[in-house]
Amino acid sequence: MYAQMVKTDGDKVKAPDEMSPEEKAFQERVDADIKIEPKDWMPESYRKTLIRQISQHAHSEVVGMLPEGNWITRAPSLKRKAILLAKVQDEGGHGLYLYCAAETLGVSREEMTEALLSGKAKYSSIFNYPTLNWADIGAVGWLVDGAAIMNQVPLQRCSYGPYSRAMIRVCKEESFHQRQGYDIMMAMMKGTDDQKAMAQDAVNRWWWPSLMMFGPPDESSVHSVQSMQWKIKINSNDELRQKFVDQTVPQADYLGLTVPDPDLKWNEERGHYDFGEIDWKEFFEVIKGHGPCNRERLRARVEAHEAGQWVRDAAMAYAAKHAVRRNENE
Amino acid sequence: MNEMPLWEIFIRSQHGLAHKHVGSLHASDAEMAINNARDVYTRRNEGVSIWAVRSTDIVASAPGDKGPLFEPANSKAYRHPTFYDIPDEVGHM
Repeated sequence: MYAQMVKTDGDKVKAPDEMSPEEKAFQERVDADIKIEPKDWMPESYRKTLIRQISQHAHSEVVGMLPEGNWITRAPSLKRKAILLAKVQDEGGHGLYLYCAAETLGVSREEMTEALLSGKAKYSSIFNYPTLNWADIGAVGWLVDGAAIMNQVPLQRCSYGPYSRAMIRVCKEESFHQRQGYDIMMAMMKGTDDQKAMAQDAVNRWWWPSLMMFGPPDESSVHSVQSMQWKIKINSNDELRQKFVDQTVPQADYLGLTVPDPDLKWNEERGHYDFGEIDWKEFFEVIKGHGPCNRERLRARVEAHEAGQWVRDAAMAYAAKHAVRRNENE
Repeated sequence: MNEMPLWEIFIRSQHGLAHKHVGSLHASDAEMAINNARDVYTRRNEGVSIWAVRSTDIVASAPGDKGPLFEPANSKAYRHPTFYDIPDEVGHM
């Protein structure tokens, strides 16, 4: 998902009789749905895994501003432009809620920024695909934010208090993102043949990458068991992916759009859609940095950070100068 | 250059409730903290007033002190109105 390849710390899940008294008490609190708060005792591996997960999630929000920011100046109307600006600003805000949740675990903002800019930290594979035309903005809102919501709603109940509270705020705001995307698609599907073709082309390109957002299939998702026991992961990747397909296909039908999967069909017996094989080779290539836009995205972040350095320096110098003056006056 | 200090942000919503902690952010000084808090935490009319407090200025109780601090209240049920049985005939009290 937004944190789709989180390596869980620790070798294996411990049985209750292998746990230290602290670990046991900790797991009992998690099992009883009592939130873990920043100053509470927690296993070092829980802390490390959460830092990785929350910061990956935050980086995804921040990098996620880039593909959409690409269309702000070329939005087709003032209304769409205002909406897109508000949405991109929200993504920045979501990044900040999450960074501040991660900081309660003892990692600094600088360390996290450095990890992103050096390429050490990961962010969601989805943002390494280009937004080629306006319909992509509709598809991103509808499919990408739709997939994000599917993952974030259960995380509101996760065991770590600050993360859970950040997710509650994010979810409140995210629903607008998906609906505005669907609204763009509806407008285009009421338009000319060319506009309909653009909408279909966008779905063709965004469908599979959206399904990849949920991360590798369960059988190769080695880190899930521990994270689920800690309740920092609530549902399995495949479970959420299936839910997303089941929810989204009827929405595509309503629009008159076709999902680009010849194997997609309703399975009466299962009560779910069956769908085709995902190209996991592509997924791992993108994760490793070889997607269509990986280098461009990182370059944009590095440039923004470096170009803003003098502003941060000036603000700190100004604050220092005024602190001295205040002391002199007292 | 040092990292910008961390500030805890409290927002009072419109309905006359107390300021409530909503999260934190980085800012070089108090003025920037208020401005950033407006952008980060009140994009949808969430508040009518902002407090920003340097995180280092907050004093918190330690989780380990939970017992000594809060357990004494457990045995004092007589502090709650439901401890007292008032006959129905008396009416609402």
